[in-house]
Amino acid sequence: MKQLQLKDLYHAFRDPKTIKSLALLIEKEAKKLSEPLHIMEVCGGHTHTIMKYGLKQLLPKNITFIHGPGCPVCIMPKDRIDHAIALANMEDTILCTLGDMIRVPGSKSTLAKERAKGRDIRPLYTPMDIIKIAKENSDKKVIFFAIGFETTTPMTAAVIKRVLDECIQNIYFHINHVLVPPAVKAIMDPGKAKINAFIGPSHVSVISGAKIYEPLAQTYQTPIVVSGFEPVDVMEGILMLIQQKNEGRCEVEIAYKRSVTREGNLKAQQMIDTYMEPRAHFTWRGIGDIPNSALRLKEEYAYLDAEKIFSDILPKAPVQDHKLCICGTILQGLANPQDCSVFGTSCTPNSPLGSCMVSDEGACNAYYRYGGL
Amino acid sequence: MDKKILLSHGGGGEESNQLIHELFYQYFSNEILLKSEDAAILTTKGNIAFTTDSFTVSPLFFAGGDIGKIAIAGTLNDLSMMGAKPLYVSCAFIIEEGMDYNDLEKIVKSMTEELSHNDAKIVCGDTKVVPKGSIDKIFITTSGIGEVVTPGISAQNIDEHDMIIVSRDIGRHGATILAERESIDITSNLSSDCKSLWPVVKHLLDHGIKPKAMRDATRGGLAAVLNEWAVSSNICIELDEEAIPISEEVQGLCEIFGFEATDFANEGTFILALRPEQVDKALKLLHAFQDDQSASLIGKVTTKKPKKVILNTPWGSSRYLDLPKGELLPRIC
Repeated sequence: MKQLQLKDLYHAFRDPKTIKSLALLIEKEAKKLSEPLHIMEVCGGHTHTIMKYGLKQLLPKNITFIHGPGCPVCIMPKDRIDHAIALANMEDTILCTLGDMIRVPGSKSTLAKERAKGRDIRPLYTPMDIIKIAKENSDKKVIFFAIGFETTTPMTAAVIKRVLDECIQNIYFHINHVLVPPAVKAIMDPGKAKINAFIGPSHVSVISGAKIYEPLAQTYQTPIVVSGFEPVDVMEGILMLIQQKNEGRCEVEIAYKRSVTREGNLKAQQMIDTYMEPRAHFTWRGIGDIPNSALRLKEEYAYLDAEKIFSDILPKAPVQDHKLCICGTILQGLANPQDCSVFGTSCTPNSPLGSCMVSDEGACNAYYRYGGL
Repeated sequence: MDKKILLSHGGGGEESNQLIHELFYQYFSNEILLKSEDAAILTTKGNIAFTTDSFTVSPLFFAGGDIGKIAIAGTLNDLSMMGAKPLYVSCAFIIEEGMDYNDLEKIVKSMTEELSHNDAKIVCGDTKVVPKGSIDKIFITTSGIGEVVTPGISAQNIDEHDMIIVSRDIGRHGATILAERESIDITSNLSSDCKSLWPVVKHLLDHGIKPKAMRDATRGGLAAVLNEWAVSSNICIELDEEAIPISEEVQGLCEIFGFEATDFANEGTFILALRPEQVDKALKLLHAFQDDQSASLIGKVTTKKPKKVILNTPWGSSRYLDLPKGELLPRIC
């Protein structure tokens, strides 16, 4: 039997012939649409794919994209980043987080700037790395500033399990895990967004299952296709959305059957449920408070909860977003990056004013890097 | 007992003298250095190229090289890219107290070997030892002087219709360092491209190749070099994405972490801008000399969007290839 190569996982999904064929099918099918299709790509990963692979250029004019709230860096409010900075400034502390989070502006600083001042702040490649860091620094408090949607939450749960199994005494968690469906609901409920189709992120549904989108499809009478992140995946997802629309259906379909099921990964869901529960409120950057849209540690694990243990040093006052930044409006699907007066001028990936410019998965960053052609 | 570098090795006294004579002079030995004067007196013919660079890398030893190899190859490659034959090198070591003497010796040996590929000499140097914790084991600064053999190679020379060639597959050094830092076993066959470029550059020049511009794609990778050229020469560079050579190991690593190979550092890969009529000959020379078929024509110079690099995809769309920004951080999900 042929051994599976890494390229087997993506090569066919970037096949030029397949992409071109899908573009032709989309063009043909889109001619039958009775109204333009405004597709929200809920996740920044899809925004990135659409821009990086130039997919917009292959689509007819009556297909447009609206960028959703699904980037864990983009939606992190300044007050939570201020928490991370306060924790990192405690003595004998190592603050660990994922990727671009260290570059996102809080109210006065970023984790990267604090690191330059001498604080021990480490971006991790995988959350499990924190175990090794904690063991090598048993005299220090090691705090995991946990971020991400349903996709990354199981990894945090797995770290918690390991901490408990191995009785590791010096790891604490500041949980900022957020949930996709409540955010989509918050965007659709005011009735301002002109969205009439969704591409759902496949990696979220690998964990939570495609079923999490079913109430949204029913409530807003909107087709939803759960799609992967390769160009062929996204193009197939778009074609399926158009077909649904033309057939008058509003269902949740899966264009990523190689990994997504309706029920998702039950073991991962169970592990999350063991340690975490929904928060009544969580503020999303630019959008504001969305009830039941994030998770926190359960009370029985309060001794691991950095928010409780170090609550005395955490800033409490809410912080406003930059006045000129329209990240919130972009995240709500009401504006495009180019509509922002500071896009590409005083707000660039090197000195971002708003969070959408920070992360590779942010809409502004993707438009800045790849757009304009 | 393992021999360690002590603060006294940088103090200027007997121990310093011992280190210089027993290690550096032994390996870097040549008549100019051994004169031990305050400055080296050098002889050159015609125009010289002069460059300097500092080297820090973690881990110090990696698949395909070490900090010593890079410190020589990196600086001498900068001379080669200007059509200059490397001649003389200065070398300053800043060493952390407590460094293994054996590791330092390995680094010095590696520098000697790399010098031999260029037929160049270290003619002056300096050693400082700093208290433990001040630096990460060792920093090396090298400066190089080379004799300009082929004048007129410049990032400002590139015109419409010129062609862009890359000398081999890209991203190996950056990917290797990433894999070693993160202990990623799946890329065990991956090694850095770290190499002195003067031999291959000399081969091209000797056979009549007249590069308009040449640059080794070090930090910032292919994307940084081409963006700098686009700005310096006020041109648009259009790349054929499918033609850019990337090994499966490097691409695999990019897929895992969400990086682009065009942003990864290289230490023995260079880009050439050439007139179209020289392309076939240059590629044949590169393929034969390096015994590697990965050198490729990857793009052309146009006037479509001056100061920009455009990547044309195999399915008919295009996008900008921007300069890499900030630290390379892996994607979150």
